[in-house]
Amino acid sequence: MLESLDTIKTIALSELQKTSDMKTLRLWYSTHLSKSSQLIKSLRNLSNVAAKDRPTIGKHANDIRKILEQAYEDRTSYLNKSVESPGHKHIALDVTLPGRSLNRGRLHIATQTLRRIYTIWADMGFQIYRSREIETDELNFELLNIPLHHPARDMWDTFHTNSPGVILRTHTSPGQIHAMQANAPDPIRVILPGMCYRYEQITARSEIQFNQVEGLAIGTNIRFTDLKGTLSDFARRMFGTSTRTRFRASHFPFTEPSAEMDIECFLCSGEGCRVCKKTGWLEILGCGMVHPAVLTNGGYEPKKYTGFAFGMGPERIAMLKYGIDDIRHFWGNDLRFLEQF
Amino acid sequence: MKVPLSWLKDYIEIDLDPHEIARLLTFAGLEVESINFIGLPQSNQRQNQTSIYGLEWDRNDIIVADITKVEHHPNADRLVLAQLYDGEQTHTVLTGAPNLFQYKDQGKLPQPLKVAYAREGAHLYDGHNSGQELIRIKRKKIRGIESYSMACSEKELGISDEHEGIIVFDSEAPIAGTPLVDYIGDAVFDIAITPNMARNLNVVGIARELGALTKTPIHPPKTNITIAKSMQSALEMPKIEIDESELNPRFTATLIEDIQIKPSPYWMQLRLRMSGMRPINNVVDITNYVMLEMGQPLHAFDYDVLRARSKTKAPVITTRLPNSGEKIMTLDGIHRTLDNFTILVADNAGALSIGGIMGGSNSEVSDNTKNVLLEAASWDLINIRQTVISQQLQSSQAGYRFSRGVSPEIAARSNYRAAEMIRLFGNGTIAHATIDKYPRHYVPNTVKLRLSEIQRSLGIDIPADEVISILLALDFSVEKQQNVLHVTAPDHRLDIGVDEIGTADIIEEVARIWGFENIPETQISDLMPRQKNNTLLEKEERIRDILVNLGLQEVITYRIASPENEQLLHDSENGPYVHLANPITPERSVMRRSLLSSVLECARNNSRFQQRIALFEVGPVYLPLLSSSENQSNLPTESQRLSVVLSGKRVSLSWANNQSDSMDYFDIKGIIDELLRAAHISDYTVESGNHPSFQPGAVATLAIHGSQAGSFGVLHPDVALNYDFGEHPTLAADFDLTTFTNAMPNHYTINPIPRFPAIIEDIALIVDNQINNAEVVKSIIKSGGATLTNVQLFDIFRGEQIGTDKKSLAYRLTYQSEVKTLTDKDAAKLRTKIVKALQKELGAQLRSE
Repeated sequence: MLESLDTIKTIALSELQKTSDMKTLRLWYSTHLSKSSQLIKSLRNLSNVAAKDRPTIGKHANDIRKILEQAYEDRTSYLNKSVESPGHKHIALDVTLPGRSLNRGRLHIATQTLRRIYTIWADMGFQIYRSREIETDELNFELLNIPLHHPARDMWDTFHTNSPGVILRTHTSPGQIHAMQANAPDPIRVILPGMCYRYEQITARSEIQFNQVEGLAIGTNIRFTDLKGTLSDFARRMFGTSTRTRFRASHFPFTEPSAEMDIECFLCSGEGCRVCKKTGWLEILGCGMVHPAVLTNGGYEPKKYTGFAFGMGPERIAMLKYGIDDIRHFWGNDLRFLEQF
Repeated sequence: MKVPLSWLKDYIEIDLDPHEIARLLTFAGLEVESINFIGLPQSNQRQNQTSIYGLEWDRNDIIVADITKVEHHPNADRLVLAQLYDGEQTHTVLTGAPNLFQYKDQGKLPQPLKVAYAREGAHLYDGHNSGQELIRIKRKKIRGIESYSMACSEKELGISDEHEGIIVFDSEAPIAGTPLVDYIGDAVFDIAITPNMARNLNVVGIARELGALTKTPIHPPKTNITIAKSMQSALEMPKIEIDESELNPRFTATLIEDIQIKPSPYWMQLRLRMSGMRPINNVVDITNYVMLEMGQPLHAFDYDVLRARSKTKAPVITTRLPNSGEKIMTLDGIHRTLDNFTILVADNAGALSIGGIMGGSNSEVSDNTKNVLLEAASWDLINIRQTVISQQLQSSQAGYRFSRGVSPEIAARSNYRAAEMIRLFGNGTIAHATIDKYPRHYVPNTVKLRLSEIQRSLGIDIPADEVISILLALDFSVEKQQNVLHVTAPDHRLDIGVDEIGTADIIEEVARIWGFENIPETQISDLMPRQKNNTLLEKEERIRDILVNLGLQEVITYRIASPENEQLLHDSENGPYVHLANPITPERSVMRRSLLSSVLECARNNSRFQQRIALFEVGPVYLPLLSSSENQSNLPTESQRLSVVLSGKRVSLSWANNQSDSMDYFDIKGIIDELLRAAHISDYTVESGNHPSFQPGAVATLAIHGSQAGSFGVLHPDVALNYDFGEHPTLAADFDLTTFTNAMPNHYTINPIPRFPAIIEDIALIVDNQINNAEVVKSIIKSGGATLTNVQLFDIFRGEQIGTDKKSLAYRLTYQSEVKTLTDKDAAKLRTKIVKALQKELGAQLRSE
């Protein structure tokens, strides 16, 4: 008898879950809780049960009735709520439609690259020092240990203006002299970003204007080992923590000794690819210890002070990083180029 | 500079792979840009920046062979048949080589011709094709005769471009059958020599560097000269006079008599060609050979021409500056009028050569020359450089070397070396000692180097004996006194300075040879300088960020422009430009005065491909100073500007909005409003303006803190037409960026979030048409006081019911107190006050009334 009551309860609760609206719910009520239902009938017919079992069975049947009535009320209120709520309705959206278009602005890739360079050097204590683009021959060459008519001048093809001795700077190096003259004899750690100009044909590989970022550190204890360590740190931050560097001897009139820094090609990890021309290495920047003549011209006594300087081309770095095959894209400003960054 | 490995090996015994040699040189500052493998196998190493090319010769298929007989071709006049012995058997080889024609049908040759022979199946370059196209020798019939192998030209073997005839070796060539690669296989290094390394513009210099890098001794060429003292010379020596010893510190001359002009030996021609020079005859070739070998350019005069010109037995040769308007015809056939600073070699009949750069055509060595006067002199490098540039003689090898510096000490040694070679390879005699005029003697330079300086500069201690051995290997002489080295530069070093500069020069040499890769990395331990902000740059970058946030794309344009392009703007402010003296094209001839012009050009270029264009640029313009007295150096002003250009649809085509409007004045106004708000600039005015680049009535001027920032609005239709913009109106703004950066506060504070509820009410006003929004808002704010926290225009209405010269403006006003909850009574009181003020100041009427 107890078992059959439990069966009634299990079936009733399970059928209740299947009701989906008031109509099916009412039908369920008449089946399971109306006077004609099996449960109520069995309560009425307790007299047929043996007297000793009557209290137990009676209580059990009554408990089940209470449970079912409670479940019925819960279900009623649940169905009432869900039918009215908007979430109950199905609205047939094409969820794959493109979202509403927004007008996203972007920085020019040259600015993005410059900012990355600024950030890394700022973290290392190098601050930004800017100076003018139209310079004197004296600042651009002579004070940087490149005298008039010196063969080293062949290294720079220069735009001259109609004012004698006034040129478009061929590198940001005149900023070194400005920074030194402004700070001597205090120690210096600056980077010098800005646009430079060279008298060249505009081709996929050469431009008449380009950004350069130079760096300069001067103090009483700045050494070639520091130059190597600092620039390798920069390379690891700019190109990835596992980037290897190597330094080759080179020549710039304003540094001595001078070096070129190569980084292991980040595209092929040194295996050799099209970008590194199968060498596994990429030439990234020129650097060296500040030439004593330049220190003197900047107001620092070379017997007491030493320094290092370096220079890199943000556009070249961006070309390598993003696989840009033509330098003319930078100032061409085709939005189909710029919008890819 | 091109340097064959075989030539290097004349002076240094090394057995290193060419790749390793290239790596060593490159890391020491002599960048090997390429290696051309001539016949030798190329191992596939990636060690440096060097590019590798060349043709590998098969040892079995490309060999030395003997041509024993040359016969005519029965069916072709321009071909011959050569009987050729390859060490095993005899072949008949077809060739059209003109240099065999002289042997045609002469029977067996008294001495076989040693040639380079390629067997059937060998891989070679196609000699008839420009460039280098690899082919394989196949059996075929040419004019009825079977051909399956060939005698090769230099071009076919990848040695040079020479394809005039086949190679004919000197008689010392090895026996037939020897693999060719064992005889002349080589690797040619192309080395970029930086200006400070002029001393290495020669094979001996490179050998010396390699010797220092590999700790191998080198054997420089012998420079002794054999003077036949017993000989009775028919000729007298010339007299040498130097007018300008500063420009010509030394002049040496050797007379070589009774020489035979003929082709130089094949090995010499081969080396010259591998080095990029064209063989001419034995005398000219030897002057070039010694220049490449030792770095001293030489010049050979036909001495009989000199004697004839001067009509004396002993011509007087003077080095001097030109007479006014003096002319010379140089070897390259060009008549030149000389600059007054150009130093000449002359006799009493006039100029003979441009000193140190190029000889005159009238005294050059010809096939008939018998007696040669060989000059080796030294010249002032700056002076030579000026002449090279002025006369456009950049292609002159001599000029190139002298303009980078050649030590006077080398002149005599090189003269001996070359004279001796001319004597040997030209069958001549030297009867007189070399004349050596040396008015400005070289003074050796000794630098005092404290060993501690190496540590101070490089950050490492290199042991003293290592330092000394590096310097000795580079031919410095060193004397050690405790911790000081007295370092004397070798005579070929013109680049070593004095005092601190000399010290730095020596330390560079030590570091270079020690190897940068052997110097460790450290962090800077020196005092960190005081840290400062670069406020101006930060503000500029902030403005860039704001504009990007507003949906604009940054562009960076050329700062070199043309006045014609800038005039498309109709800008009334066009003033003087900074003109380039050497523009690259007429479109890039001046430094720009207008940033907007550049950005409009950029917008125009993009308009074909884009529905919506929204661009900005932050950058300088360049304004020459009108009065040069203000600024000593006469440098122009570089002032930062900001330009914005909008054109096209407000939003791009999309399913959600396929009827997008064109942008109008209020799009650019919105950007300016938001820019000013984001920059925390509140003290500004916008007024109706007037500017020739903009549509009248649709242009505003912006003033910040009372100074004019610039104009913005709808681009003038004529200007838009100049730029070829389509049907959309184009909006533009052009500002002086410094008015923004000056006004941007370093700090600002914010208002508290209101604690008491606001009362919001709308008022509609009828005002005269000419009254503008700014006037109404100004009046409302003034009368509303602190309790009025916001005024927002939300409707503009014009219609007959309010009168044709009137408009209705509807504003939503927000009243809010910081100290209490406002009552309706408070609001009504304020509203009455505002309306009264509007009536009084602007004649406005409430529309609802």
